[in-house]
Amino acid sequence: MDVIKTVVEHYNHWIIIFLLVSGLYIVVARGNMVKKLVGLGLFQTSVYLLYITPGKILGGTPPIIAEQYSVYSNPLPHVLILTAIVVGVATLATGLALVVRINEAFGTIEEDEIFAGEEDE
Amino acid sequence: MIAANLPALQVVLPLLGAVVCAMVRRGPLAWGVALVVSLAMPLIAVGLLIQVLDGSTISYALGGWRPPIGIEYRIDIVNAFILLLVSIIGAVIMPYAKASVEAEIAPDRQPWFYALFLLCLSGLLGMAITGDAFNIFVFMEISSLATYALIAMGQDRRALLAAYQYLIMGTIGATFYVIGVGLIYTVTGTLNLADMASKVGEIENSRAIIAALAFLTVGISLKLALFPLHVWLPNAYAYAPSMVTCFLAATATKVAVYLLLRYVFSIFGKVFVFADLPLPEIFLVLSLAAMFGASIVAVFQEDIKRMLAYSSVAQIGYITLGIAIANKLGLTGGIVHLFNHALMKGALFMALGAVFYRVGSVKIDDLAGLGQRMPITMGALVLAGLSIIGVPGTVGFISKWYLGLGALEHGWWWLVFLLVLSSLISVVYIGRIVEAVYFRPVSSAAKRATEPPLSMLLPTLLLVASTVYFGIDTAASAGIAGRAAELLLAGLR
Repeated sequence: MDVIKTVVEHYNHWIIIFLLVSGLYIVVARGNMVKKLVGLGLFQTSVYLLYITPGKILGGTPPIIAEQYSVYSNPLPHVLILTAIVVGVATLATGLALVVRINEAFGTIEEDEIFAGEEDE
Repeated sequence: MIAANLPALQVVLPLLGAVVCAMVRRGPLAWGVALVVSLAMPLIAVGLLIQVLDGSTISYALGGWRPPIGIEYRIDIVNAFILLLVSIIGAVIMPYAKASVEAEIAPDRQPWFYALFLLCLSGLLGMAITGDAFNIFVFMEISSLATYALIAMGQDRRALLAAYQYLIMGTIGATFYVIGVGLIYTVTGTLNLADMASKVGEIENSRAIIAALAFLTVGISLKLALFPLHVWLPNAYAYAPSMVTCFLAATATKVAVYLLLRYVFSIFGKVFVFADLPLPEIFLVLSLAAMFGASIVAVFQEDIKRMLAYSSVAQIGYITLGIAIANKLGLTGGIVHLFNHALMKGALFMALGAVFYRVGSVKIDDLAGLGQRMPITMGALVLAGLSIIGVPGTVGFISKWYLGLGALEHGWWWLVFLLVLSSLISVVYIGRIVEAVYFRPVSSAAKRATEPPLSMLLPTLLLVASTVYFGIDTAASAGIAGRAAELLLAGLR
């Protein structure tokens, strides 16, 4: 029973691990360049959760000093992840811009078709 | 006022310069701005290095928030050395860039090109200077995102694929890095590197710390192109514009090596990483695989930029070999090779950029007979090539000498033998270039080639001269590297 209890109590970690692994799997297994970027986004999202879940305290309020509240969540992970989200958006934008250019230059965004075309040259 | 704020200026100047470049919208003007900023960088770096040369550290509280709460810029000999290296390469490349960029980049994109270059420079300098783990990630992404765009500006359409591939691999690497930092943060509650080092020691055998070390090592190894995580590198170097290849080959992987040194030695500590975990064995095997595997692949390349890119992977093997040896002499060899490799690869890619400027190709067959048409450039190429081989009197020899001494201190005489053997493989690929350039009839592509303009020739010759100078007078390079190695081995605790 203890095992089940530990597993259930750490459900947030299971979500993180699931997102992390499925994101990485998509990046590796898919040949479509947009799908790869979606996988990359999923992978990065798992890290957002990794930072935020330990920073949140159940029943805690935002860190504002007021008499009636004494328990509050750690604001630092939230701020860090705001930065990481911005970085993630920038990465996704750069990646998509590259995919657009690749589509213009090669006429496809499927990796196997591009590599097959390159070998013919 | 200026002296007290040097650490901030080192990062802020290129950042502001990038904005100015993007606003002026005219290629030559943007180049002027980038030139002024790049030339100011080594002055600042020297100013910082002089202050820490006695073994002290500079702690700069950004925005007046005191560490460990605020972001701290923390400079000691190790990162002052890296700052100097990156900024010198930036300053040497910038005068060279004008002719090369005008030939390879469309006029309307040139200001953006210089803006991206300065962003990349500021990211790399920021990664080296900051003492905050999360701040390193932010700077890493600033430099990486700029790099992806810079590579995509290459003329060949395959540059786009190379940039995309690097984006995927680079982002995975950076995300692994953040996971590692996150794990450390949850158990220590701090992001300040010095503070982290003092707290990690108490809980070093916990599973979270070991997992963090694993994530950090893999993430950073992706960035520094440790074999077998190097697959992004050859294409990125081969298809990027000439000037970008020079800059990346000389600086980007070096800063990642610095991060690895910082985490392995200063934060986790030599005893924990090297006595309790099998990290030295892993690094030893991977370094040897890089030295031999990548060198052998390099021998069979037709495109010389690609050949030298594979050679870079091999040379990174020598640097990580220094980390695996992990005594003072070996580590000195690794750090001094970091410096030396930047000089010689910078020089080689600059000479190749000059070839591309005149011939329009860097295929080995198109270089045939070029020794008669561009004698000075080819002389520079061969001298820097000798340095890759490690001929005595060049910088390459100095690094291998220290690595060999470090290996002998462990009694690993077989490693010395392997060092020599791997150098022999580089004789083969450098020999292929020499053979084509001097002993073949002039190719049709090379017929009309002449020496490149002085603005390209002089920086190339400067770097080549430095590979010979630091091969003879090692007081500055190996001396500082030795002190940096001492400091790293002593740890931050």
